[in-house]
Amino acid sequence: MITTIIQRAVMQGTPLLFGSTGEILTEKSGHLNLGIPGIMYVGAISGVAGSFLYEQSVAQINPLLAVIIPLICSLVGSTLMGLIYCFLTVSLRANQNVTGLALTTFGIGIGNFFGGSLIKLVDTDIPSIALSKTSNCFKTQLPFADNLGWFGDIFLSYGFLVYVAIIVALISSHILNKTRVGLHLRAVGESPETADAAGINVTKYKYLSTCIGSAIAGLGGLYYVMDYANGVWSNNGFGDRGWLSIALVIFSVWRPSISILGSMLFGFLYVIPTYIPGISVSAKKLFEMLPYVVTIIVLIITSMRDKKENQPPAALGLPYFREER
Amino acid sequence: MEQNIALELKNITKTFGKVVANKNVSLKVRKGEILSILGENGSGKTTLMNMVSGIYFPDSGQIFADGKEIVIASPKDAFDHKIGMIHQHFKLVDVFSAAENIVLGLEDEKGFDMPCYIEKIKEITEQYGFELDPYKKIYEMSVSEKQTVEIVKVLFRGADILILDEPTAVLTPQETVKLFKVLRNMREDGKAIIIITHKLHEVLSLSDNVAVLRKGEYIGTVKTAETNEAQLTEMMVGKKISLNIERSEPENVSDRLVVENINCVDREGIKLLDNVSFSARSGEILGIAGIAGSGQRELLEAIAGLQHLDGGSIIYNNPKTGESENLRDKTPLEIRQMGVRLAFVPEDRLGMGLVGNMDIIDNMMLRSYKKGKSVFLQRKKPKSLAEEIIERLEVVTPSAYTPVRRLSGGNVQKILVGREIASSPTVLMAAYPVRGLDINSSYTIYNLLNEQKKKGVAVIFVGEDLDVLVELCDRIMVIGSGRITGIVDGRNTTKEEIGILMTKSADNEQNGGEQ
Repeated sequence: MITTIIQRAVMQGTPLLFGSTGEILTEKSGHLNLGIPGIMYVGAISGVAGSFLYEQSVAQINPLLAVIIPLICSLVGSTLMGLIYCFLTVSLRANQNVTGLALTTFGIGIGNFFGGSLIKLVDTDIPSIALSKTSNCFKTQLPFADNLGWFGDIFLSYGFLVYVAIIVALISSHILNKTRVGLHLRAVGESPETADAAGINVTKYKYLSTCIGSAIAGLGGLYYVMDYANGVWSNNGFGDRGWLSIALVIFSVWRPSISILGSMLFGFLYVIPTYIPGISVSAKKLFEMLPYVVTIIVLIITSMRDKKENQPPAALGLPYFREER
Repeated sequence: MEQNIALELKNITKTFGKVVANKNVSLKVRKGEILSILGENGSGKTTLMNMVSGIYFPDSGQIFADGKEIVIASPKDAFDHKIGMIHQHFKLVDVFSAAENIVLGLEDEKGFDMPCYIEKIKEITEQYGFELDPYKKIYEMSVSEKQTVEIVKVLFRGADILILDEPTAVLTPQETVKLFKVLRNMREDGKAIIIITHKLHEVLSLSDNVAVLRKGEYIGTVKTAETNEAQLTEMMVGKKISLNIERSEPENVSDRLVVENINCVDREGIKLLDNVSFSARSGEILGIAGIAGSGQRELLEAIAGLQHLDGGSIIYNNPKTGESENLRDKTPLEIRQMGVRLAFVPEDRLGMGLVGNMDIIDNMMLRSYKKGKSVFLQRKKPKSLAEEIIERLEVVTPSAYTPVRRLSGGNVQKILVGREIASSPTVLMAAYPVRGLDINSSYTIYNLLNEQKKKGVAVIFVGEDLDVLVELCDRIMVIGSGRITGIVDGRNTTKEEIGILMTKSADNEQNGGEQ
């Protein structure tokens, strides 16, 4: 049973990991993107739409195409959302919180609209679309995973997106801390006027990090539908995972490497009530609160310790005007 | 043309709207030379150097480097011509280490090689005698260490011409000595160094040549060895200009506010006010002169109950009851409840004085919000007050319901002063009340202050224009680095005397003021 719990925790945690890695990259440039839930939702529906059209158009699907098409659709969809956010907050200097919240509402609206339309096309009784063929491609495991006992179950039994999530988080962590691009990006988020004076193109860094961050977050949505939910799309099925991703950013004190473990902890807290025998519905709801409670505790601890490295980027949420007199 | 001229400016002019910041300024600095640019606040020193470092672009004039004419359109252009400027406000990322800040923004084909950079930083620090730990985070550093990072940053980029804007303003005397030592080392190495300053003794002890600016105009360059304090002061403040501000003889003078030995320390432990004692008398205008940021703001805020003090007392002699009360560390509300009628026109009009988005009437109510018992607002009285101020002070506004931020600076100031005077104060404090105002509005304000003086109010006027201070005030108190450097009689003083007092404090400190 422990292996099952761990497996479920990792699978629950993966969308959060994508979401929080994307959000960390965005926040490091000084932009608090509260549109992440909407962006992840759009990432999911874009992938579903792509794969739906592909599945409908051919009799026999090509496994490689079945993965690549939704992947590209998802990336394009969520990047577009990121671009909208950038244009509003970077170029037009709109309020980041308002823009982000609007984008979340907008993204969920888009998702439900196109989801609903697709469901109508299928003409079934159940209000959902099942893309099991595509899902199987996404869930393909390493061939020898089954032969390795518990080790294979815990470490090798997942679809490729889980590994992508971890690798992306590790790469992000490396870029942020060890490269010149990372140094410049952090400078933009900490003190855009300093970065500007040092000759760094602040707008370029903000756009790139926000768009790439959105693309990564969108993959979280795609993973959720294609792997976790076995290719079944139903409206509003994504739940509050987007918000949990943002909470996870704070939990991992803006470090993608910590976010890997954090996502699994959040996933664990998310699934654990299902495995407690005889638990009541109300107690289960209480358990669902845990990730947020943990986040608040982390927030309190990090602010109490007052260690500057553990604080959010100093210019987070502030629009940047180059002062011109 | 001389061979070793590093940088030459010819007839540089820069205007901001109608204000002329620099007019036909020409100067040159040679390799291996330290040039001081001397001038009062607002004389255009920083603007001039900002044009050299690529922040502003001159309206007209030429800049030559190494004998060739150059165009500096951005900070990057300045770097390309090996010009580096150390600004008064440091541009550093707090959570980064010194080394990370130094290499920030550099494009290097060889890739990102931190150990190699740190090696190079160490070479520079050793060559010139800096003390710097490249791994230390900026937020753990003192102001002087941060300045070192800024200087090393500029040297790291290979600058040969260094411009330092008021480098000693934030340093302790010991740190200043250290800084001067490295600057001299850099001079030996053939770098051209320009220092913007208003401290005479620094000019005399450090530089080879002094260029003096006054109100945007270039007055001249003199060799440091051939000049003295008196000559420089005269070049800096200029001849007396007559303004014809009316000044009546003070009547019924008595001590209204007696400040004794107050001290104030900021978060970094730097003394903002150092043993300040003086008295403000009724029926008199007390002027406060000093270089900007010498503690004027803290002093007024301390009296108004906005600044925590370490020691000392602020005694208020109530003219009605005859009682004396200590105002120290009381909140503004407590002060008002004690029956002290204190009016304060702060420097930051729309930040501390008025609420920009509220209309004139609501701004009137900021003073009287505690009055009345009803839960609903009574707008009648504030409305008539607002209308009275608009009429009497000739405020140009569409109506009393116009948000204050939409009015011009002069009108905003009239409303603020009008409101403060309407409370019939016994003490009126005004910080730079005519800053940014045209001549007519300025005279309106001077007249209002004089009117209050005649009513027996103790007026405290913080000003920057020495001509005005000398003509308006009965007594002038000069403050330098948080210390009173002298109190002079406004009727028999000269601008030169005040000018020397303004720059005096740092001298005292260096002669053993600090342990």
